[in-house]
Amino acid sequence: MWEYTNQVMEHFERPRNVGVVTRIDGEGQVGSLSCGDALRLTIQVDRDNDIIEDAKFQTFGCASAIASSSALTEMIKGRTVDHALTLTNQDIADYLGGLPREKMHCSVLGQEALEAAVANYRGVKPKAAEGQVICECFGVTDVEIERVARTNRLTTLEEVTQFTKAGGGCGKCQEKLEEILARILKKGTGKPAPGNGKSAGRMTTLKRIKLIEDSIATQIAPALMRDGGDIELVDVNGQEVYVTLKGTCASCPSSKRTLADFVTERLRTLVDPEIVVKEYRPE
Amino acid sequence: MRTIYFDNNATTAVDPQVLEAMLPFFQGLYGNPSSIHHKGGEVGAALRLARQQLADLLGCVPAEIIYTSCGTESDNTAMWSALRTQPDKRHLITSRVEHSAIINNAAFLKRLGYRVTEVGVDREGLLDLDQLRQALSPDTALVSLLWANNETGVLFPVEEVAQLCSEKGVVFHTDAVQAVGKIPINLKNAKIDLLSLAGHKLRAPKGIGALYIRKGLKFSPFMIGGHQEGGRRGGTENVPYIIGLGVAAKLAVERLPEENTRVKAMRDRLEAGLLKIPFTRVNGHREYRLPNTTNISFEYIEGESILFHLSHAGICASSGSACTSGSLEPSHVLRAMGVPFTAAHGSIRLSLGTTNTDDEVDEALRIFPEVVSKLRELSPFWKDDGPVQDSDMLTCEDNNCQVCN
Repeated sequence: MWEYTNQVMEHFERPRNVGVVTRIDGEGQVGSLSCGDALRLTIQVDRDNDIIEDAKFQTFGCASAIASSSALTEMIKGRTVDHALTLTNQDIADYLGGLPREKMHCSVLGQEALEAAVANYRGVKPKAAEGQVICECFGVTDVEIERVARTNRLTTLEEVTQFTKAGGGCGKCQEKLEEILARILKKGTGKPAPGNGKSAGRMTTLKRIKLIEDSIATQIAPALMRDGGDIELVDVNGQEVYVTLKGTCASCPSSKRTLADFVTERLRTLVDPEIVVKEYRPE
Repeated sequence: MRTIYFDNNATTAVDPQVLEAMLPFFQGLYGNPSSIHHKGGEVGAALRLARQQLADLLGCVPAEIIYTSCGTESDNTAMWSALRTQPDKRHLITSRVEHSAIINNAAFLKRLGYRVTEVGVDREGLLDLDQLRQALSPDTALVSLLWANNETGVLFPVEEVAQLCSEKGVVFHTDAVQAVGKIPINLKNAKIDLLSLAGHKLRAPKGIGALYIRKGLKFSPFMIGGHQEGGRRGGTENVPYIIGLGVAAKLAVERLPEENTRVKAMRDRLEAGLLKIPFTRVNGHREYRLPNTTNISFEYIEGESILFHLSHAGICASSGSACTSGSLEPSHVLRAMGVPFTAAHGSIRLSLGTTNTDDEVDEALRIFPEVVSKLRELSPFWKDDGPVQDSDMLTCEDNNCQVCN
């Protein structure tokens, strides 16, 4: 039996926003019946302000696929389209308190559906459809594999399969997947993402602080706020990042540690694996 | 909440009579049967009775049975013995729907240079006997087949295959883990050389299995050790569990008629009721199968989701869907049968036992339609009362897709 979090089971049993929006401004369909999971996401957009007014889903799949879809709709409603697009699959997983590694592809499915729906709304081609199909069993392209591998810092073939399903069918493409992975690992995480020690070394201090600031504002703070917490950046000194943390249980030492761990993990992923998060305690 | 346990092919509850018979052997009767003193002697007598009870269930003599730790150990012992005792033969035959104990050993043997033939099955899960006949060669060391399939309950004609093998001088092994206790077995007149069974499928605890080794068959032990089991399996006897398996075997003999009448009737009624839900199908031959098992596909929804909803309503079942196992493809058994992926992903196995009641069947027939319609309402492939015909997502766009083809 999978160890699903309470949030996953809650969204699975009482899924939010099931169905189709009244006025379909954008529609994304990913997966297929034969692949074992499929998600149809429809969005209704306030065109004047570019805000997603409503989002609804229909999902065929396991408990985590249904929960991920439900979470996705909750997360994007009320956001601007641009803001919604900053969502990563990890954010969906985080919203649900985490997913088993073998089920991470369910969160990727959500992210892809969102991108497809927005692309449809904007009348452009979705990103995931670009590139060359590497895994024929599940129709996964090299572009998609590379992106998911980079944003989630995947290092093994097993992880690539857990996150994208690629290589999980007949297994013929596994050699190609290894090549892609080797290329990514060799090159480092390169441009958008943030990542390993080398690229961080080339970053100027100013850019580095800016990246930390952005990561906290767009990725970390929203996650904490969902649970009634907050975070504020106080100072950056080399690898040390000083923050103040506010949680609903601010006085509880164990809950504090969890918050700090979460922030550390995110900053290491988004900025630099060497980062040490320290809590700033005003006298 | 009341539990309705329809997963007896996964494991069964230890029978109270079995537990009761085992308990004295943890404390008072703790002797080692190999010991010469009276503490050893009193255990030895009980072991002889237990072995006789199991022999009665199988229709063999007690000396033809060795105890193991589980069905998997029995399978390993059988396979490796057959290969070690015939070192010149480098070919084995099995099927595409075997248990992982056999599949993974066969894969390992391939790497060692053995030739492996995996005989196919038809759409109803029945063995392709012609293919098996043609595959038999003077180089064949072993044929190993499931007697009853764990997922579908479909039976293979093992007695017929055993006869065929015997004529050709090929060793025949059957994994009868699911068959023992559910269908009549009489090894006395069969040409079966080796047969595996597991205690926990017939109301004994987990941790005890047995292997039948036909008298006169060349044998090489898997577990090399002391003189126990006639030197065929080293290690001090798992006394309480062997005693438990003996009592379970005795009960299985007594309950065999009930398995094939009352349990079968409940299975049939459950199955007929579930088939009234639109877009459902049974996987596996309706006649040549275990009396307690049904494998049903609910199309356009996914197995893991069904199992969770069932579980919350108290029903325990299994699925051949991809998502439950952590693999990405549905069960190899359903794929070998050519069950379309659209149905394989929504397959549920229900396996009943003598502990189940008619009330439970009624309750399940009330719960199932609710669960299925709840999930179909969520499904992008379902609208109102039927499947969406024109969805782009019914199959993937790729024509070379290995999954669809």
